[in-house]
Amino acid sequence: MHNPQLHADGRLKHLLSIEGLPKRILNDILDTAESFVGVAEREVKKVPLLRGKTVCNIFFENSTRTRTTFEIAAKRLSADVLNLNVSTSSQSKGETILDTVNNLIAMHADMFVVRHNQSGAAHLIAQHVPDHISVINAGDGRHAHPTQGLLDVFTIRKYKPDMHNLRIAIVGDVLHSRVARSEIHALTTLGVPEVRVIAPKTLLPSNVEKLGVQVFHDMRAGLKDVDVVMMLRLQNERMTGAMLPSPQEYFKTYGLTQEKLRLAKPDAIVMHPGPMNRGVEIDSSVADGLQSVILPQVTYGIAVRMAVMAILAGGGQA
Amino acid sequence: MNILIQHGHVIDPANNVDANLDVYVANGKIAALGNAPIGFKADQTIDATGLIVAPGLVDLSVRLREPGFEYKATLNSELQAATAGGVTSLACPPDTEPTLDEPGLVEMLRYRAKKLNLAHVYPLGALTRQLQGKNLTEMCELTEAGCVGFTQADFPIVDTQILWRAFEYAATFGYTMFLRAEDPYLAKDGVAHDGEVASRLGLKGIPAAAESLALATLLRIARETGTRLHIQRLSTAEGVALVRQAKQQGQAVTADVSTQHLHLTELDIGFFNTLTHIRPPLRTQRDQFALCEGVKDGTIDAICSDHSPVDDDAKLLPFAEAEAGASAVELLLPLALKWASQHNLSLTDAIARITSAPANIMGIPAGTLGINHCADIVIFNAETYWKVEAKQLKSQGKNTPFLNLELAGRVHYTLVEGLITYEPSSPN
Repeated sequence: MHNPQLHADGRLKHLLSIEGLPKRILNDILDTAESFVGVAEREVKKVPLLRGKTVCNIFFENSTRTRTTFEIAAKRLSADVLNLNVSTSSQSKGETILDTVNNLIAMHADMFVVRHNQSGAAHLIAQHVPDHISVINAGDGRHAHPTQGLLDVFTIRKYKPDMHNLRIAIVGDVLHSRVARSEIHALTTLGVPEVRVIAPKTLLPSNVEKLGVQVFHDMRAGLKDVDVVMMLRLQNERMTGAMLPSPQEYFKTYGLTQEKLRLAKPDAIVMHPGPMNRGVEIDSSVADGLQSVILPQVTYGIAVRMAVMAILAGGGQA
Repeated sequence: MNILIQHGHVIDPANNVDANLDVYVANGKIAALGNAPIGFKADQTIDATGLIVAPGLVDLSVRLREPGFEYKATLNSELQAATAGGVTSLACPPDTEPTLDEPGLVEMLRYRAKKLNLAHVYPLGALTRQLQGKNLTEMCELTEAGCVGFTQADFPIVDTQILWRAFEYAATFGYTMFLRAEDPYLAKDGVAHDGEVASRLGLKGIPAAAESLALATLLRIARETGTRLHIQRLSTAEGVALVRQAKQQGQAVTADVSTQHLHLTELDIGFFNTLTHIRPPLRTQRDQFALCEGVKDGTIDAICSDHSPVDDDAKLLPFAEAEAGASAVELLLPLALKWASQHNLSLTDAIARITSAPANIMGIPAGTLGINHCADIVIFNAETYWKVEAKQLKSQGKNTPFLNLELAGRVHYTLVEGLITYEPSSPN
């Protein structure tokens, strides 16, 4: 089956999912991002790689953080940015996704950054745009959030450069998490030998081990000697009901506290894609503690998104 | 009107015929096989040299979309599609708008279908009013109006008390229940098999247990109440095993599988190909193998198309939002032949599963070339390959997951009641 993300010659055409991307492309994005980290510290925080291009952020699902970082990334590349928030409820009454997209194509957008609450939405759009338009998936349902996965491995590489020698635990609601799926694919592609997932059975997809991870239900056992702890956000609506009895019990069993963190390696780093539920999946003292790299994740996120856009636009280093 | 079908290879599993014979059709009925009846004079002769002559196909599930969903398909378009595929009798489910839950609606549908002079239409009546799983329909009246059985289509009855009573009532009059086994809670919002592929793609899964749990319930209630049960669209290995066991214990149960489930698996979803979004979901290779074996050993009696045409826009959506279903009636024959050849079975084996077996399940006098039976006949070439292309399909729904596939088995003529209703050169 043809990989819809790649040109026939193997170059990146769209960024829809980490799955199926060769290591070479992931490293290329990470290395390019490295060269963009410095841009934010310059007096003029801009490079002209996307000058004259229009990047369109189409968000069918609410988001502040991701949309903002994409916007900043595009602006630092000198692109014109158009933000479109299409609430799915009004959409269901009339215009389809492809109607919306076709309108923007008619306005000569060059790149689409898309978020949608349905898995596969970015693939659908990528299938229906003309050849010169690239699509970046900014999160589709439970499927993928590739730039988040990339910024996470970028952050890990910054603190733990030897990826081939790491033990990493992903903790929380893997079932509903596009972030977790993208992280898993990114880590396994880059050669991390041991990726663990830690969660109750109700929050794990079936056959999750087929993604190349080890499954732990006991958080203490799962955190033992890991180099990186990647926490996942627990959505409010899932804190009580048939998946979990209460946020209190969840915090007790799967919340990251200083005491549990001590089971990991002493120099382990703690990550979270945000926004955090303090006192539910993570204790404030850990989130704000010395091992936390949660804010650097946000900073690096801009560089990684700049790198993805630059590569898709055919540009390279800053 | 007398028709002579000459030099063909006749395969009629119902009557154990597998020989080169001429077929004589007179006044809409099969007059003779082999030797001409006394005084027979053909008005028309069809040269079937190199072709197979078989009973017209019988399909256990063809959605015609009328009344109510004419933007997806019409009676005319889908019956044209049926005869183009060699299907001369079909059962249509009641999930239309309005639901086929009143005798008047059933009569109207049959009357309009009859006027088109294409395939015979045998409606399945709604088991409960508006398929809501609460109040029983007038099953006797509906049967008089022409229903051959009762079903809930894709809306299983949740309340087992009501289910039990519906079975008892149907059993009182000897009606057959056509039900798909799916636990509505476990299947809720699911769009793919709950397994590796759904987990990777982030799609909500329907576990195999949704089928086996519901199936165990249906089999048990049918046994307790003495009801004839036909299980629609088996999709799992576990389901096949349960039906096999029930049959071994002597229960009056039959089952079918769709052509899609015989040939595709969850892997065919690929990168969110919405054409593979069907109900029940495509399952694993292990399940697919068990289904094929189930048809082979007779656990699964019949193969059906589960024809569900939808409009193009309904598939141009994210996978979960895309409407479920595949347009398939035109591919019933080639896909049944493909199944047989993959399992080293004969043409007779394939044809039996799409003629006599489904006719027996529906209890209709079709799927046979017996003397004095209605002359519903399909004449096809079993060897020529053709490519499935949207523009060739007569169905208004072009939503087939088999697009661009090369398949063997091309219909040359379809006769319904002794009249040629389809030939490739016909302008329709």
